[in-house]
Amino acid sequence: MTVNITREKVVEATIDILRKAETELPDDVVEALNRAEIDESDPVAKAQIQGILENVRIAKENAVPMCQDTGILIFYVEIGRSLRLDFDLKDAITEGVRRATEAIPLRPNAVEPLTRKNSGDNTGSGLPDIKYELVEGDGLTITVAPKGAGSENMSTLTMLNPTEVGSIKNFILETVLNAGGMPCPPIIVGVGIGGSFDKAARLAKSALLSRLDEMNQFEREILDEINSLGIGPMGLGGSTTALAVHVRTAHCHTASLPVAVNIQCWANRHASITFGGDE
Amino acid sequence: MEFHLKTPLKKEDITQLQAGDIVYITGTVFTARDEAHARILELTEKGDPLPFDLDGAVIYHCGPLMKKTNGGWEVVAAGPTTSGRMSKMTPLLLEEHNVCAIIGKGGMQDVVESLKGRCVYLAYTGGCAALAARSIKSVSCVHWLDLGMPEAVWSLDVVEFGPLIVGIDPKGGDLFSNVRKHAKRVFSGI
Ligand code: SF4
Repeated sequence: MTVNITREKVVEATIDILRKAETELPDDVVEALNRAEIDESDPVAKAQIQGILENVRIAKENAVPMCQDTGILIFYVEIGRSLRLDFDLKDAITEGVRRATEAIPLRPNAVEPLTRKNSGDNTGSGLPDIKYELVEGDGLTITVAPKGAGSENMSTLTMLNPTEVGSIKNFILETVLNAGGMPCPPIIVGVGIGGSFDKAARLAKSALLSRLDEMNQFEREILDEINSLGIGPMGLGGSTTALAVHVRTAHCHTASLPVAVNIQCWANRHASITFGGDE
Repeated sequence: MEFHLKTPLKKEDITQLQAGDIVYITGTVFTARDEAHARILELTEKGDPLPFDLDGAVIYHCGPLMKKTNGGWEVVAAGPTTSGRMSKMTPLLLEEHNVCAIIGKGGMQDVVESLKGRCVYLAYTGGCAALAARSIKSVSCVHWLDLGMPEAVWSLDVVEFGPLIVGIDPKGGDLFSNVRKHAKRVFSGI
């Protein structure tokens, strides 16, 4: 069956998923915070997590953004390869961002990098950042992941030597250590290993979309070591520095070993919508 | 210990505070982040007056999300921003202005000496913008809106704003640096 996707539908869907992402924290993140609140024995740390949970509750109840840094807007779009659209998808998503900025509202965060002039509507050259992927079928899935600057600014990338596989963990831990309380811990750590300079960064960022409770042994090991640092929620001390670590890998050049670490604050916001597929 | 303070703050209000104490603030707080700090310093250097009074003031590292209403502005979300970015500009600010408290998140670097005897750094839970908005009762005015919504200086009327944790006290106690030192020790052992 062909799916009838109009420009207006995409504009509205963009506003809807933005509103959901900004005002409702995904269940797996809330669950992880709840668990951390129970496990945390440091009273200051516990109070920070309680504050976050209370904040998340108020935001959902009042349908207001959970954080004033509503981020820059990053979209992941999966397009079915037999889907035909008779409008410009990028233009529709951008229009959705513009309208959502007023309607939700969102803080205007997009500035020209050199003049620092704010565009006023979260759009601009290269923003929103939209990543496209072709998939089977005729569906369309749009995911938005608003990214705040506090955690993004603490992210790192290194080009290790191919023989330094053993140093990867060290690099991740060092990144978290240097970030301290600045990225609003408890954090989620996205790691991209391999690929190229930019591929590693893309892997690290998309790793942040994974469910928090799905970790393999390597990821759990890194998580335990991060939490042993005692940085704690907001850098005030405690055993909850990170809620999850997710690692994604890609083949890379035999002479290189890129490693990217994308730090995500507790406000691990994302929401999706799918058109077609099962319709 | 828990303290409930009113602005403008007096010296004795803050010299009693110790790292780890809990504070609630009632009165006025001024938001200021990167661009506002830069402009305050620029005007001060030229000897020009500021459009707001920083005597006994509380500065809030925050770029709020505001909504325009008929009569003025309404706070939608107003949690703290990363204070580290203001670390370099803060010693100069404190030399020229009697700011008594700074609210932010994540702590600050190399400011302990400048804070001694005159100012306290208070940590608010990062990202808790909807929670913070609840204790902000109104927006009394906005300065320098030309810097953009997040960078402008918003004068906010707050009631029992908190809980704020004393991160750096006026005697040199620094909770963040203690945590960092500990973390570094653990890290070098791994
Ligand atoms: S790091 Fe995250 S939670 Fe903290 S202020 Fe930025 S967006 Fe909000």
